[in-house]
Amino acid sequence: MLHIINKSPLTNSSLDSCLRVAQSGGDILLIEDAVYAATSGNAFEAKIREAMGRFKIYVLQPDLEARGLADRIIAGVSPVDYGGFVDLTASNKNCQSWL
Amino acid sequence: MSEGNNIKKFMFVNRKAPYGTIYALESLEVVLITAAFDQDVSLVFLDDGVYQLKKGQQTKGIETKNFSPAYRALEGYDVEKLYVEKESLEVRGLSEADLLVDVTVLGSKEMGELMNQQDVVLSF
Repeated sequence: MLHIINKSPLTNSSLDSCLRVAQSGGDILLIEDAVYAATSGNAFEAKIREAMGRFKIYVLQPDLEARGLADRIIAGVSPVDYGGFVDLTASNKNCQSWL
Repeated sequence: MSEGNNIKKFMFVNRKAPYGTIYALESLEVVLITAAFDQDVSLVFLDDGVYQLKKGQQTKGIETKNFSPAYRALEGYDVEKLYVEKESLEVRGLSEADLLVDVTVLGSKEMGELMNQQDVVLSF
């Protein structure tokens, strides 16, 4: 299953909720303001590192670039472009957007 | 009317990241309007608002206007009081060197004092 997050982890509980509820083995895609969760030095970094053991974590590269953080991506988080986003929605049987 | 009588202290409190919502851009628009009326303008960046000032924003991929250069142009409108909260930077792994414009970094307590001194506080 694919989980999509679009809110900053430090001002919204969407990513926390996703990590609490989502079943291990799924894919998590961070887009829009959620890309801040994928940056090193962020207070959420430890939670992302822990989550990498249970999920495959992706981040939308154009959203990282827009925010000036393409060089801060946490090792182990996989960047994808819009084509990769489409591939993830196609390869998973269903999808939840944690709006 | 003597000069100075109608000058108020305006503070703009920016707490949202850029691009994900329209708040950051709208704040910038209102700041420029206020500056045009020769008011005493301060900009504060708290919480995710500090991300507005991150260097190296490249928005071609999301086909959105990169408005970050406008923060550097504020000086030309005599908006020179930019304050960033130290705690907000630290929790995001950012330092003053990551910011695209010169700012004054304040602790939470000093930020609260500054806020208290204002005539008008506008939140974005």
